[in-house]
Amino acid sequence: MKARTLGRHVRESFKSIRRNSWMTFASVSAVTVTLLLVGVFIVIMMNFNHLAKSIENDVEIKVVADPAADKVIIKELVEKVQSTDGVLEVVYSSRDAELDKMIKSFGDELSLYKQSNPLGDALYVKAKDPQQTAAIAKKIDTYDYTYDVVYGEEKVEKLFNVLNMSRNIGLVLILALLFTAMFLISNTIRITIVARRTEIEIMKLVGATNNFVRIPFVLEGMWLGIMGAIAPMLIISISYYKLFELLEPKLQGELFQLLNTAPFIYQLNGLILFMGISIGVWGSFMSVRKFLKV
Amino acid sequence: MIVMKNVYKKYPNGVVAANGINIEIDRGEFVYVVGPSGAGKSTFIKMMYREERPTSGEIIINGINLATLRNKRVPQLRRQIGVVFQDFKLLPKLNVYENVAFALEVIEAPPAEIRKKVNDVLALVGLTQKARMFPNELSGGEEQRVSIARSIVNVPKVVIADEPTGNLDPETSWDIMKIFEQINARGTTIVMATHNREIVNAIKHRVIAIEGGLITRDEYGGEYYEG
Repeated sequence: MKARTLGRHVRESFKSIRRNSWMTFASVSAVTVTLLLVGVFIVIMMNFNHLAKSIENDVEIKVVADPAADKVIIKELVEKVQSTDGVLEVVYSSRDAELDKMIKSFGDELSLYKQSNPLGDALYVKAKDPQQTAAIAKKIDTYDYTYDVVYGEEKVEKLFNVLNMSRNIGLVLILALLFTAMFLISNTIRITIVARRTEIEIMKLVGATNNFVRIPFVLEGMWLGIMGAIAPMLIISISYYKLFELLEPKLQGELFQLLNTAPFIYQLNGLILFMGISIGVWGSFMSVRKFLKV
Repeated sequence: MIVMKNVYKKYPNGVVAANGINIEIDRGEFVYVVGPSGAGKSTFIKMMYREERPTSGEIIINGINLATLRNKRVPQLRRQIGVVFQDFKLLPKLNVYENVAFALEVIEAPPAEIRKKVNDVLALVGLTQKARMFPNELSGGEEQRVSIARSIVNVPKVVIADEPTGNLDPETSWDIMKIFEQINARGTTIVMATHNREIVNAIKHRVIAIEGGLITRDEYGGEYYEG
Protein backbone atom coordinates (compact mmCIF):
# COMPACT_ATOMS: atom_id res chain seq x y z
CA MET A 1 0.00 0.00 0.00
CA LYS A 2 1.24 3.48 -0.86
CA ALA A 3 1.88 5.91 2.01
CA ARG A 4 -0.53 8.32 0.33
CA THR A 5 -3.25 5.67 0.45
CA LEU A 6 -2.58 4.97 4.12
CA GLY A 7 -2.87 8.71 4.75
CA ARG A 8 -6.17 8.68 2.88
CA HIS A 9 -7.43 5.76 5.00
CA VAL A 10 -6.50 7.56 8.22
CA ARG A 11 -8.22 10.75 7.02
CA GLU A 12 -11.29 8.78 5.94
CA SER A 13 -11.53 7.02 9.29
CA PHE A 14 -11.46 10.37 11.15
CA LYS A 15 -13.96 11.88 8.70
CA SER A 16 -16.30 8.99 9.25
CA ILE A 17 -16.06 9.36 13.03
CA ARG A 18 -17.07 13.02 12.66
CA ARG A 19 -19.80 12.38 10.10
CA ASN A 20 -21.41 9.56 12.04
CA SER A 21 -21.15 11.37 15.35
CA TRP A 22 -24.17 9.67 16.93
CA MET A 23 -22.96 6.21 16.06
CA THR A 24 -19.50 7.16 17.28
CA PHE A 25 -21.05 8.27 20.55
CA ALA A 26 -23.00 5.01 20.86
CA SER A 27 -19.96 2.82 20.15
CA VAL A 28 -17.65 4.78 22.41
CA SER A 29 -20.22 4.64 25.23
CA ALA A 30 -20.58 0.90 24.81
CA VAL A 31 -16.80 0.46 24.96
CA THR A 32 -16.53 2.81 27.94
CA VAL A 33 -19.22 1.11 30.02
CA THR A 34 -17.98 -2.40 29.40
CA LEU A 35 -14.31 -1.59 29.86
CA LEU A 36 -15.14 0.24 33.08
CA LEU A 37 -16.98 -2.83 34.35
CA VAL A 38 -14.22 -5.17 33.25
CA GLY A 39 -11.59 -2.84 34.73
CA VAL A 40 -13.28 -2.56 38.13
CA PHE A 41 -13.74 -6.30 38.16
CA ILE A 42 -10.09 -6.87 37.37
CA VAL A 43 -9.09 -4.53 40.22
CA ILE A 44 -11.26 -6.52 42.63
CA MET A 45 -10.04 -9.86 41.30
CA MET A 46 -6.37 -8.92 41.40
CA ASN A 47 -6.66 -7.66 44.98
CA PHE A 48 -8.60 -10.72 45.99
CA ASN A 49 -5.93 -12.84 44.40
CA HIS A 50 -3.30 -10.86 46.29
CA LEU A 51 -5.15 -11.53 49.55
CA ALA A 52 -5.53 -15.19 48.69
CA LYS A 53 -1.81 -15.43 48.03
CA SER A 54 -0.90 -13.86 51.34
CA ILE A 55 -3.27 -16.22 53.14
CA GLU A 56 -1.82 -19.15 51.29
CA ASN A 57 1.71 -18.02 52.05
CA ASP A 58 0.83 -18.10 55.72
CA VAL A 59 0.07 -21.79 55.56
CA GLU A 60 2.89 -23.94 56.90
CA ILE A 61 3.52 -27.47 58.02
CA LYS A 62 4.70 -28.11 61.55
CA VAL A 63 6.82 -31.24 61.82
CA VAL A 64 7.41 -32.41 65.40
CA ALA A 65 10.44 -34.67 65.67
CA ASP A 66 10.51 -37.74 67.85
CA PRO A 67 11.61 -36.49 71.32
CA ALA A 68 13.96 -39.48 71.47
CA ALA A 69 15.89 -38.34 68.42
CA ASP A 70 19.38 -36.96 69.04
CA LYS A 71 20.99 -33.95 67.39
CA VAL A 72 22.59 -35.94 64.57
CA ILE A 73 19.29 -37.52 63.65
CA ILE A 74 17.53 -34.14 63.78
CA LYS A 75 20.18 -32.67 61.51
CA GLU A 76 19.63 -35.49 59.04
CA LEU A 77 15.87 -35.00 59.28
CA VAL A 78 16.17 -31.27 58.56
CA GLU A 79 18.34 -32.04 55.55
CA LYS A 80 15.92 -34.66 54.31
CA VAL A 81 12.90 -32.37 54.68
CA GLN A 82 14.81 -29.57 53.00
CA SER A 83 15.56 -31.76 49.99
CA THR A 84 11.96 -32.91 49.67
CA ASP A 85 10.38 -31.92 46.36
CA GLY A 86 8.34 -28.73 46.56
CA VAL A 87 9.76 -27.49 49.85
CA LEU A 88 10.60 -23.80 49.86
CA GLU A 89 12.13 -23.35 53.30
CA VAL A 90 12.56 -25.14 56.60
CA VAL A 91 12.86 -23.23 59.88
CA TYR A 92 14.28 -25.23 62.78
CA SER A 93 13.02 -24.57 66.28
CA SER A 94 14.61 -26.46 69.18
CA ARG A 95 12.49 -28.24 71.82
CA ASP A 96 13.44 -25.54 74.36
CA ALA A 97 12.30 -22.80 72.04
CA GLU A 98 9.05 -24.67 71.52
CA LEU A 99 8.49 -24.91 75.26
CA ASP A 100 9.20 -21.20 75.66
CA LYS A 101 6.52 -20.50 73.05
CA MET A 102 4.05 -22.66 74.99
CA ILE A 103 4.87 -20.94 78.27
CA LYS A 104 4.30 -17.61 76.55
CA SER A 105 0.89 -18.73 75.33
CA PHE A 106 -0.40 -20.79 78.25
CA GLY A 107 1.32 -19.34 81.31
CA ASP A 108 4.08 -19.97 83.77
CA GLU A 109 2.60 -23.20 85.13
CA LEU A 110 4.25 -24.92 82.23
CA SER A 111 7.69 -23.83 83.47
CA LEU A 112 7.65 -27.04 85.52
CA TYR A 113 8.42 -28.91 82.33
CA LYS A 114 11.70 -27.08 81.97
CA GLN A 115 13.37 -29.82 84.03
CA SER A 116 12.33 -32.56 81.67
CA ASN A 117 11.07 -31.14 78.42
CA PRO A 118 8.59 -33.63 76.88
CA LEU A 119 8.45 -31.77 73.56
CA GLY A 120 10.35 -32.71 70.46
CA ASP A 121 12.26 -30.34 68.17
CA ALA A 122 10.05 -28.72 65.57
CA LEU A 123 10.51 -27.89 61.90
CA TYR A 124 8.33 -25.26 60.24
CA VAL A 125 8.06 -26.07 56.54
CA LYS A 126 6.78 -23.82 53.78
CA ALA A 127 5.85 -25.23 50.40
CA LYS A 128 6.91 -23.53 47.15
CA ASP A 129 3.31 -23.91 46.00
CA PRO A 130 1.01 -23.59 49.02
CA GLN A 131 -1.55 -25.76 47.24
CA GLN A 132 0.93 -28.66 47.57
CA THR A 133 0.98 -28.42 51.38
CA ALA A 134 -1.10 -31.55 51.97
CA ALA A 135 0.96 -33.72 49.62
CA ILE A 136 4.24 -32.56 51.15
CA ALA A 137 2.95 -33.11 54.68
CA LYS A 138 1.91 -36.61 53.77
CA LYS A 139 5.34 -37.35 52.37
CA ILE A 140 7.18 -35.94 55.38
CA ASP A 141 4.94 -38.03 57.62
CA THR A 142 6.51 -41.18 56.16
CA TYR A 143 10.05 -40.15 57.20
CA ASP A 144 11.63 -41.79 60.25
CA TYR A 145 11.79 -39.89 63.53
CA THR A 146 8.77 -37.71 62.83
CA TYR A 147 6.40 -37.74 65.74
CA ASP A 148 3.65 -35.58 64.34
CA VAL A 149 2.99 -33.62 61.14
CA VAL A 150 0.28 -30.97 61.27
CA TYR A 151 -0.92 -28.24 58.97
CA GLY A 152 -4.55 -27.76 60.01
CA GLU A 153 -5.67 -30.21 57.35
CA GLU A 154 -9.36 -29.56 57.05
CA LYS A 155 -9.21 -25.81 57.47
CA VAL A 156 -6.45 -25.40 54.94
CA GLU A 157 -8.16 -27.61 52.43
CA LYS A 158 -11.43 -25.77 52.83
CA LEU A 159 -9.64 -22.45 52.51
CA PHE A 160 -7.92 -23.57 49.34
CA ASN A 161 -11.19 -24.84 47.91
CA VAL A 162 -12.91 -21.53 48.58
CA LEU A 163 -10.00 -19.55 47.15
CA ASN A 164 -9.81 -21.68 44.02
CA MET A 165 -13.52 -21.50 43.45
CA SER A 166 -13.59 -17.74 43.87
CA ARG A 167 -10.73 -17.36 41.44
CA ASN A 168 -12.48 -19.50 38.85
CA ILE A 169 -15.76 -17.68 39.27
CA GLY A 170 -13.94 -14.36 38.90
CA LEU A 171 -12.21 -15.51 35.75
CA VAL A 172 -15.45 -16.76 34.23
CA LEU A 173 -17.16 -13.47 35.08
CA ILE A 174 -14.36 -11.45 33.47
CA LEU A 175 -14.51 -13.59 30.35
CA ALA A 176 -18.31 -13.31 30.23
CA LEU A 177 -18.05 -9.53 30.57
CA LEU A 178 -15.47 -9.37 27.80
CA PHE A 179 -17.66 -11.44 25.49
CA THR A 180 -20.65 -9.22 26.24
CA ALA A 181 -18.48 -6.22 25.47
CA MET A 182 -17.35 -7.66 22.16
CA PHE A 183 -20.89 -8.59 21.20
CA LEU A 184 -22.24 -5.17 22.17
CA ILE A 185 -19.52 -3.29 20.35
CA SER A 186 -19.49 -5.39 17.22
CA ASN A 187 -23.25 -4.91 17.04
CA THR A 188 -22.99 -1.16 17.39
CA ILE A 189 -20.29 -1.05 14.76
CA ARG A 190 -22.36 -3.32 12.56
CA ILE A 191 -25.22 -0.83 12.71
CA THR A 192 -22.91 1.95 11.59
CA ILE A 193 -21.66 -0.24 8.77
CA VAL A 194 -25.12 -1.32 7.67
CA ALA A 195 -25.96 2.35 7.36
CA ARG A 196 -23.01 2.65 4.98
CA ARG A 197 -23.77 -0.43 2.97
CA THR A 198 -24.29 1.50 -0.27
CA GLU A 199 -20.94 3.17 0.23
CA ILE A 200 -19.22 -0.21 0.45
CA GLU A 201 -21.21 -1.52 -2.53
CA ILE A 202 -20.18 1.46 -4.67
CA MET A 203 -16.56 1.13 -3.59
CA LYS A 204 -16.60 -2.49 -4.67
CA LEU A 205 -18.31 -1.69 -7.97
CA VAL A 206 -15.75 0.93 -8.96
CA GLY A 207 -13.00 -1.61 -8.38
CA ALA A 208 -11.87 -1.14 -4.78
CA THR A 209 -10.06 -4.12 -3.30
CA ASN A 210 -11.39 -5.63 -0.08
CA ASN A 211 -8.51 -4.15 1.90
CA PHE A 212 -9.14 -0.71 0.49
CA VAL A 213 -12.72 -0.91 1.77
CA ARG A 214 -11.81 -2.59 5.04
CA ILE A 215 -8.87 -0.55 6.33
CA PRO A 216 -10.73 2.74 7.03
CA PHE A 217 -13.40 0.80 8.93
CA VAL A 218 -10.83 -1.14 10.94
CA LEU A 219 -8.95 2.08 11.72
CA GLU A 220 -12.24 3.65 12.78
CA GLY A 221 -12.86 0.69 15.08
CA MET A 222 -9.41 1.22 16.56
CA TRP A 223 -10.06 4.93 17.24
CA LEU A 224 -13.41 4.04 18.81
CA GLY A 225 -11.69 1.47 21.02
CA ILE A 226 -9.04 3.97 22.11
CA MET A 227 -11.62 6.70 22.79
CA GLY A 228 -13.73 4.24 24.73
CA ALA A 229 -10.75 3.19 26.85
CA ILE A 230 -9.75 6.70 27.96
CA ALA A 231 -12.53 7.27 30.51
CA PRO A 232 -12.20 3.83 32.19
CA MET A 233 -8.41 4.25 32.43
CA LEU A 234 -8.74 7.66 34.06
CA ILE A 235 -11.60 6.73 36.38
CA ILE A 236 -10.00 3.51 37.57
CA SER A 237 -6.51 5.01 37.99
CA ILE A 238 -7.67 8.04 39.95
CA SER A 239 -10.07 6.01 42.11
CA TYR A 240 -7.44 3.39 42.86
CA TYR A 241 -4.82 6.00 43.82
CA LYS A 242 -7.34 7.67 46.15
CA LEU A 243 -8.42 4.35 47.64
CA PHE A 244 -4.82 3.30 48.13
CA GLU A 245 -3.94 6.59 49.85
CA LEU A 246 -6.96 6.23 52.11
CA LEU A 247 -6.64 2.56 53.05
CA GLU A 248 -2.91 1.92 53.00
CA PRO A 249 -2.16 3.51 56.43
CA LYS A 250 -5.10 1.70 58.00
CA LEU A 251 -4.04 -1.69 56.68
CA GLN A 252 -0.48 -1.48 58.06
CA GLY A 253 0.45 -4.81 59.59
CA GLU A 254 -2.79 -6.48 58.52
CA LEU A 255 -2.86 -9.66 56.51
CA PHE A 256 -4.80 -7.92 53.73
CA GLN A 257 -2.80 -5.36 51.79
CA LEU A 258 -3.90 -3.51 48.64
CA LEU A 259 -1.75 -4.17 45.61
CA ASN A 260 0.83 -1.43 45.18
CA THR A 261 -0.16 1.23 42.66
CA ALA A 262 3.21 1.26 40.92
CA PRO A 263 3.28 -1.53 38.41
CA PHE A 264 -0.35 -2.56 38.87
CA ILE A 265 -2.12 0.56 37.57
CA TYR A 266 0.22 0.85 34.57
CA GLN A 267 -0.34 -2.77 33.68
CA LEU A 268 -4.09 -2.41 34.13
CA ASN A 269 -4.19 0.70 31.92
CA GLY A 270 -2.19 -1.12 29.28
CA LEU A 271 -4.61 -4.01 29.46
CA ILE A 272 -7.70 -1.78 29.20
CA LEU A 273 -6.23 0.05 26.20
CA PHE A 274 -5.31 -3.24 24.58
CA MET A 275 -8.82 -4.62 25.18
CA GLY A 276 -10.41 -1.45 23.76
CA ILE A 277 -8.29 -1.59 20.62
CA SER A 278 -8.81 -5.31 20.08
CA ILE A 279 -12.54 -5.09 20.63
CA GLY A 280 -12.83 -2.15 18.22
CA VAL A 281 -10.65 -3.69 15.53
CA TRP A 282 -12.22 -7.11 15.85
CA GLY A 283 -15.76 -5.68 15.85
CA SER A 284 -15.17 -3.66 12.68
CA PHE A 285 -13.35 -6.46 10.95
CA MET A 286 -16.13 -8.95 11.58
CA SER A 287 -18.90 -6.50 10.69
CA VAL A 288 -17.44 -5.25 7.44
CA ARG A 289 -16.64 -8.77 6.26
CA LYS A 290 -20.31 -9.49 5.62
CA PHE A 291 -20.69 -6.62 3.19
CA LEU A 292 -17.58 -7.25 1.14
CA LYS A 293 -19.16 -9.99 -0.94
CA VAL A 294 -20.49 -7.72 -3.69
CA MET B 1 -14.44 -7.41 -26.65
CA ILE B 2 -17.38 -9.13 -24.98
CA VAL B 3 -18.09 -12.80 -25.62
CA MET B 4 -20.73 -15.01 -24.00
CA LYS B 5 -20.80 -18.72 -24.76
CA ASN B 6 -23.69 -20.94 -23.65
CA VAL B 7 -24.26 -18.83 -20.57
CA TYR B 8 -26.78 -20.33 -18.19
CA LYS B 9 -27.88 -18.77 -14.94
CA LYS B 10 -30.27 -20.30 -12.45
CA TYR B 11 -30.96 -18.54 -9.15
CA PRO B 12 -31.33 -20.51 -5.91
CA ASN B 13 -35.10 -19.87 -6.02
CA GLY B 14 -35.29 -21.77 -9.31
CA VAL B 15 -35.66 -18.80 -11.66
CA VAL B 16 -33.67 -19.27 -14.87
CA ALA B 17 -32.48 -15.82 -15.94
CA ALA B 18 -30.14 -16.94 -18.71
CA ASN B 19 -30.91 -20.06 -20.67
CA GLY B 20 -27.99 -20.53 -23.04
CA ILE B 21 -26.95 -17.07 -24.17
CA ASN B 22 -24.43 -16.72 -27.01
CA ILE B 23 -23.31 -13.27 -28.03
CA GLU B 24 -20.33 -11.34 -29.33
CA ILE B 25 -19.96 -7.59 -29.01
CA ASP B 26 -17.06 -5.85 -30.77
CA ARG B 27 -14.92 -2.96 -29.63
CA GLY B 28 -16.62 0.41 -30.09
CA GLU B 29 -20.13 -0.97 -30.56
CA PHE B 30 -23.24 0.59 -29.02
CA VAL B 31 -25.72 -2.09 -28.03
CA TYR B 32 -29.22 -1.78 -26.60
CA VAL B 33 -30.43 -4.71 -24.51
CA VAL B 34 -34.24 -4.69 -24.57
CA GLY B 35 -36.99 -6.92 -23.24
CA PRO B 36 -39.90 -6.96 -20.81
CA SER B 37 -39.38 -6.81 -17.05
CA GLY B 38 -38.09 -10.09 -15.65
CA ALA B 39 -36.76 -11.18 -19.05
CA GLY B 40 -33.20 -11.46 -17.77
CA LYS B 41 -31.77 -8.08 -18.88
CA SER B 42 -30.43 -7.17 -15.47
CA THR B 43 -28.83 -10.57 -14.97
CA PHE B 44 -27.25 -10.26 -18.43
CA ILE B 45 -25.81 -6.88 -17.41
CA LYS B 46 -24.78 -7.93 -13.90
CA MET B 47 -22.88 -10.97 -15.15
CA MET B 48 -20.66 -8.67 -17.21
CA TYR B 49 -19.19 -6.95 -14.14
CA ARG B 50 -19.34 -10.08 -12.02
CA GLU B 51 -22.04 -8.99 -9.61
CA GLU B 52 -23.64 -12.27 -10.64
CA ARG B 53 -21.82 -15.41 -11.70
CA PRO B 54 -23.16 -17.66 -14.44
CA THR B 55 -24.16 -21.17 -13.34
CA SER B 56 -22.40 -22.48 -16.43
CA GLY B 57 -20.92 -21.15 -19.65
CA GLU B 58 -18.17 -18.69 -20.49
CA ILE B 59 -18.05 -14.91 -20.33
CA ILE B 60 -14.97 -13.17 -21.68
CA ILE B 61 -14.57 -9.41 -21.29
CA ASN B 62 -11.47 -7.68 -22.57
CA GLY B 63 -9.76 -11.06 -22.66
CA ILE B 64 -10.62 -11.84 -19.02
CA ASN B 65 -12.52 -15.07 -18.53
CA LEU B 66 -15.07 -14.31 -15.83
CA ALA B 67 -15.85 -17.97 -15.23
CA THR B 68 -12.34 -18.68 -13.99
CA LEU B 69 -11.64 -15.21 -12.56
CA ARG B 70 -10.69 -15.45 -8.91
CA ASN B 71 -12.54 -13.23 -6.45
CA LYS B 72 -9.29 -11.45 -5.67
CA ARG B 73 -9.00 -10.33 -9.31
CA VAL B 74 -12.56 -8.96 -9.58
CA PRO B 75 -11.43 -5.39 -8.68
CA GLN B 76 -9.04 -5.51 -11.66
CA LEU B 77 -11.96 -6.42 -13.95
CA ARG B 78 -14.18 -3.67 -12.59
CA ARG B 79 -11.50 -1.05 -13.18
CA GLN B 80 -11.78 -1.78 -16.90
CA ILE B 81 -15.56 -1.40 -16.91
CA GLY B 82 -17.69 1.62 -16.13
CA VAL B 83 -21.10 0.92 -14.68
CA VAL B 84 -24.07 3.31 -14.70
CA PHE B 85 -27.17 2.49 -12.66
CA GLN B 86 -30.82 3.46 -12.88
CA ASP B 87 -30.70 4.75 -9.28
CA PHE B 88 -27.32 6.52 -9.84
CA LYS B 89 -25.72 5.07 -6.70
CA LEU B 90 -23.94 8.26 -5.67
CA LEU B 91 -22.44 8.69 -2.21
CA PRO B 92 -24.73 11.22 -0.52
CA LYS B 93 -22.03 12.57 1.77
CA LEU B 94 -19.59 13.37 -1.03
CA ASN B 95 -20.00 16.30 -3.39
CA VAL B 96 -20.03 15.98 -7.19
CA TYR B 97 -16.28 16.33 -7.54
CA GLU B 98 -15.58 13.85 -4.71
CA ASN B 99 -18.04 11.32 -6.09
CA VAL B 100 -16.24 11.28 -9.40
CA ALA B 101 -12.77 11.42 -7.86
CA PHE B 102 -13.70 8.44 -5.70
CA ALA B 103 -13.37 6.04 -8.64
CA LEU B 104 -9.78 7.19 -9.12
CA GLU B 105 -8.86 7.26 -5.43
CA VAL B 106 -9.89 3.65 -5.21
CA ILE B 107 -7.27 2.71 -7.80
CA GLU B 108 -4.68 4.88 -6.00
CA ALA B 109 -4.21 7.36 -8.84
CA PRO B 110 -1.83 10.29 -8.14
CA PRO B 111 -3.63 13.49 -6.95
CA ALA B 112 -2.57 15.54 -9.97
CA GLU B 113 -3.99 12.94 -12.32
CA ILE B 114 -7.21 12.79 -10.30
CA ARG B 115 -7.66 16.57 -10.52
CA LYS B 116 -7.10 16.68 -14.26
CA LYS B 117 -9.25 13.69 -15.14
CA VAL B 118 -12.14 14.70 -12.88
CA ASN B 119 -12.20 18.24 -14.25
CA ASP B 120 -12.10 16.95 -17.84
CA VAL B 121 -14.92 14.52 -17.33
CA LEU B 122 -17.06 17.04 -15.43
CA ALA B 123 -16.67 19.38 -18.39
CA LEU B 124 -17.76 16.60 -20.73
CA VAL B 125 -20.99 15.98 -18.82
CA GLY B 126 -21.52 19.74 -18.29
CA LEU B 127 -21.23 19.83 -14.51
CA THR B 128 -18.13 21.96 -13.98
CA GLN B 129 -20.25 24.67 -12.33
CA LYS B 130 -21.81 22.21 -9.90
CA ALA B 131 -18.66 20.40 -8.78
CA ARG B 132 -19.07 21.49 -5.14
CA MET B 133 -22.75 20.58 -4.85
CA PHE B 134 -24.03 17.51 -3.05
CA PRO B 135 -26.27 14.86 -4.66
CA ASN B 136 -29.37 16.04 -2.76
CA GLU B 137 -28.96 19.48 -4.36
CA LEU B 138 -29.04 18.08 -7.91
CA SER B 139 -31.84 17.11 -10.29
CA GLY B 140 -32.24 13.46 -11.39
CA GLY B 141 -30.63 14.22 -14.74
CA GLU B 142 -27.67 15.89 -13.06
CA GLU B 143 -27.24 12.98 -10.66
CA GLN B 144 -27.17 10.61 -13.63
CA ARG B 145 -24.55 12.77 -15.30
CA VAL B 146 -22.39 12.51 -12.17
CA SER B 147 -22.86 8.76 -12.26
CA ILE B 148 -21.81 8.68 -15.93
CA ALA B 149 -18.83 10.92 -15.20
CA ARG B 150 -17.75 8.51 -12.47
CA SER B 151 -18.11 5.53 -14.79
CA ILE B 152 -15.88 7.02 -17.50
CA VAL B 153 -13.31 8.97 -15.48
CA ASN B 154 -11.14 5.90 -15.43
CA VAL B 155 -11.28 5.69 -19.25
CA PRO B 156 -12.79 2.20 -19.35
CA LYS B 157 -13.03 0.22 -22.55
CA VAL B 158 -16.63 -0.72 -21.80
CA VAL B 159 -19.46 1.19 -20.18
CA ILE B 160 -22.38 -0.88 -18.96
CA ALA B 161 -25.59 0.97 -18.19
CA ASP B 162 -28.61 -0.59 -16.52
CA GLU B 163 -31.71 1.48 -17.40
CA PRO B 164 -29.81 4.78 -17.15
CA THR B 165 -32.86 6.80 -18.23
CA GLY B 166 -35.36 4.75 -16.24
CA ASN B 167 -35.85 7.40 -13.56
CA LEU B 168 -35.64 10.46 -15.83
CA ASP B 169 -38.13 12.54 -17.80
CA PRO B 170 -37.98 12.34 -21.65
CA GLU B 171 -36.13 15.59 -22.16
CA THR B 172 -33.43 14.75 -19.63
CA SER B 173 -33.18 11.26 -21.12
CA TRP B 174 -32.20 12.80 -24.49
CA ASP B 175 -29.47 14.83 -22.80
CA ILE B 176 -28.13 11.69 -21.15
CA MET B 177 -28.20 9.84 -24.48
CA LYS B 178 -26.17 12.63 -26.08
CA ILE B 179 -23.48 12.06 -23.48
CA PHE B 180 -23.47 8.31 -24.15
CA GLU B 181 -23.17 9.03 -27.88
CA GLN B 182 -20.16 11.24 -27.20
CA ILE B 183 -18.54 8.56 -25.10
CA ASN B 184 -19.21 5.97 -27.79
CA ALA B 185 -17.76 8.29 -30.43
CA ARG B 186 -14.46 8.20 -28.52
CA GLY B 187 -14.32 4.43 -29.09
CA THR B 188 -15.81 3.17 -25.84
CA THR B 189 -18.07 0.13 -26.14
CA ILE B 190 -21.50 0.76 -24.63
CA VAL B 191 -23.97 -1.88 -23.49
CA MET B 192 -27.24 -0.36 -22.31
CA ALA B 193 -30.26 -2.15 -20.94
CA THR B 194 -33.31 0.02 -21.57
CA HIS B 195 -37.09 0.20 -21.71
CA ASN B 196 -37.10 3.47 -23.60
CA ARG B 197 -38.78 2.79 -26.96
CA GLU B 198 -38.38 6.36 -28.31
CA ILE B 199 -34.67 6.38 -27.74
CA VAL B 200 -34.05 2.95 -29.25
CA ASN B 201 -36.12 3.81 -32.31
CA ALA B 202 -34.63 7.26 -32.80
CA ILE B 203 -30.92 6.68 -32.12
CA LYS B 204 -30.29 3.54 -34.12
CA HIS B 205 -27.84 0.98 -32.83
CA ARG B 206 -27.61 -2.77 -32.49
CA VAL B 207 -30.59 -4.17 -30.55
CA ILE B 208 -30.42 -7.39 -28.56
CA ALA B 209 -33.82 -8.55 -27.32
CA ILE B 210 -33.95 -10.91 -24.37
CA GLU B 211 -36.99 -12.87 -23.26
CA GLY B 212 -37.22 -15.79 -20.87
CA GLY B 213 -33.45 -15.81 -20.51
CA LEU B 214 -32.92 -16.25 -24.26
CA ILE B 215 -31.83 -13.91 -27.02
CA THR B 216 -34.88 -13.68 -29.28
CA ARG B 217 -33.56 -11.04 -31.66
CA ASP B 218 -30.20 -9.49 -32.54
CA GLU B 219 -30.39 -6.76 -35.20
CA TYR B 220 -28.07 -3.94 -36.21
CA GLY B 221 -30.09 -0.73 -36.38
CA GLY B 222 -33.09 -2.62 -35.01
CA GLU B 223 -36.26 -1.24 -33.51
CA TYR B 224 -37.82 -1.63 -30.10
CA TYR B 225 -40.81 -3.92 -30.12
CA GLU B 226 -41.95 -6.70 -27.86
CA GLY B 227 -42.94 -10.20 -28.86
